[in-house]
Amino acid sequence: MILTMVQAINQALAGELRRDERVVVLGEDVGRDGGVFRATDGLFEKFGPERVMDTPLAESGAIGAAIGMAALGLRPVPEIQFMGFIYPAFNQIVSHVARLRNRTRGRFTAPLTIRTPYGAGVKALEHHSESTEALFCQIPGLTVVVPSSPYDAKGLLIASIRSDDPVIFLEPTKLYRAEKQEVPEEPYELPLRKAAVVREGRDLTIIAWGAMIPVAREAATSAEAGGVSAEIVDLRTLSPMDRETFLASVKKTGRAIILHEAPKTCGLGAEIAATIGESALLSLNAPVARVTAPDITVPLPKSEDLYYPNADRVLRAIRKLMEY
Amino acid sequence: MIERFDPLKGERLRVLDDEGRAAPDLDPGLADAELRTLYERMVRTRAADAKALKLQRQGRLGTYASSLGHEAAQVGLASAMAREDWFFPYFRDLGAFLTLGYPLADYYHFWMGNEAGMRTPDGLNIFPIAIPVGSQVPQAVGAGIAIKHRKLGAAVVTTFGDGATSEGDFHEGLNFAGVFGTPNVFVCVNNQFAISVPRARQSAATTLAQKAVAYGFPGVQIDGNDVLAVFAAVREALATARAGGGPTLIEAYTYRMGDHTTSDDAARYRTKEEVQEWERRDPIARFRLHLGHKKLWDEAYEKDVQAAASEFVEKAVAEAETRPQASVDDIFAYAYSSIPPELERQMAELKASLPEGRR
Repeated sequence: MILTMVQAINQALAGELRRDERVVVLGEDVGRDGGVFRATDGLFEKFGPERVMDTPLAESGAIGAAIGMAALGLRPVPEIQFMGFIYPAFNQIVSHVARLRNRTRGRFTAPLTIRTPYGAGVKALEHHSESTEALFCQIPGLTVVVPSSPYDAKGLLIASIRSDDPVIFLEPTKLYRAEKQEVPEEPYELPLRKAAVVREGRDLTIIAWGAMIPVAREAATSAEAGGVSAEIVDLRTLSPMDRETFLASVKKTGRAIILHEAPKTCGLGAEIAATIGESALLSLNAPVARVTAPDITVPLPKSEDLYYPNADRVLRAIRKLMEY
Repeated sequence: MIERFDPLKGERLRVLDDEGRAAPDLDPGLADAELRTLYERMVRTRAADAKALKLQRQGRLGTYASSLGHEAAQVGLASAMAREDWFFPYFRDLGAFLTLGYPLADYYHFWMGNEAGMRTPDGLNIFPIAIPVGSQVPQAVGAGIAIKHRKLGAAVVTTFGDGATSEGDFHEGLNFAGVFGTPNVFVCVNNQFAISVPRARQSAATTLAQKAVAYGFPGVQIDGNDVLAVFAAVREALATARAGGGPTLIEAYTYRMGDHTTSDDAARYRTKEEVQEWERRDPIARFRLHLGHKKLWDEAYEKDVQAAASEFVEKAVAEAETRPQASVDDIFAYAYSSIPPELERQMAELKASLPEGRR
């Protein structure tokens, strides 16, 4: 089937609801309305209000409730409508979701999959463009997953729901309907904690995820015309991070650019650059480069283009590295 | 019975009067042996609590939150629960833990600083204590949702203090419970203080129990130093919950006789006179009078109960103190369902830096 990412997500949810009666989707507007992005469209009709629960508008309440549900044997898949609204639930996520297994030495676990759209580039209202994945990657116990295509979204979401670890599943709003792709109708899993080389190249490595993958591809295509061959590593799982895949790529190409739409300071780029410094320093022909958003609040739509990393900025970084 | 006491009018359910005499129309009608069991559980709780404070002062146990004065609330609520019910406790719940069968050695082990002590033994439905205030409330409601969903026929009791009623999670949790009609019993142990901040600074409401009115289910304030009132109210609320009648909020009105924790000094913010006033309302002393009226108490019995409590406590201390220290493997093993490669590397690095005996 040819599907957009949001359709692939819908199919993954429908498949898991059908396959496993422990799976429960919950959140604001996920029921009758089918979600503000239609990610849960039709699920309420198919599975009923006990499996697809419209909840009161309270993020902490929903995630807290999902913890209790998970501990008593359900597989909750709560949706937070936008990443900018996840913060009221931050205490539940950090203090309980992430550490329930540890603080009970395995007696209780919280295998939730918290889905939330993230990121800029869709000219949305204030608080609707956040990309604060680094906040969650700092928390031991959480698995942070970001798909960059319809095919990946379905396979990674199914794997997340089936995982015994809690997952923060970040859906790039910009890619929900950006491209269509052939997606198998039957359920399948893509491995968590595993990055993918999505474009092979010789001269440099671009490490990115989510909505930055198309930006990286555009830059790589342009660079190719200038004779520079760029490899792209899609991290897919941001935490626990697959360091081996990007280290192998950087050791091969000798140059690295980390591309993310979150602010620069203490962004994931810093962790990746440090890892390269620790483990691949002698392979480098140039310093590691970062192309990121600046350390400012995401501007409102009229200025979004000034903030959001684009292919031109990546190309400038590529030129700088090649000329080093 | 619960609906006879209007929280909006400040009415309070009480079974035992100051002299330990039960109001005939409210008495839950327990058999003599059951009454004695309640008493023995309260005595045991107090002994275990006193021992924890002693161990803390000797440097054998970490910062500890004492349950002194809460014995009736803790033992009463747990005694009303059934084996299949779930408990979502807060950090001052020693009597409930012991009553539900949680090993005291484990409880001490946790407060001595080892997570292994918070691994609830299989077969007991007790969640780990919540330290971020009020955060257990929505979790307990989620447990209630799961019980409904899976038709388990059980109910959930969750406890918290008066301070927790100011937290957003309290409101969100109770609101969810009302909307979904979950089988929850919320027990607010109102001990008059959130560390130093008095009850009046938490809410302008006459009672905390009246907050239930806004969530669309019953709330009742009870005498938290009256073990029979606590038992009767929780038993009724649990029966309602299991029968599909939805949640109840119970405010157990009591007093924190000790400091907030061993790191606190309550003398800074309350008077000796106030504490002495509450000493006169001691829950164990009052229940002892009740047993006396029923000819269930005499000096010989008291001696036996105290001796049994002391033996129980000493055995637990000895057991807790001989438990092995956590190893590097222990502290890494439960971060994820399986250890990621980067964590394996960090573990190896840590082990390499440690002396042989500490790995």
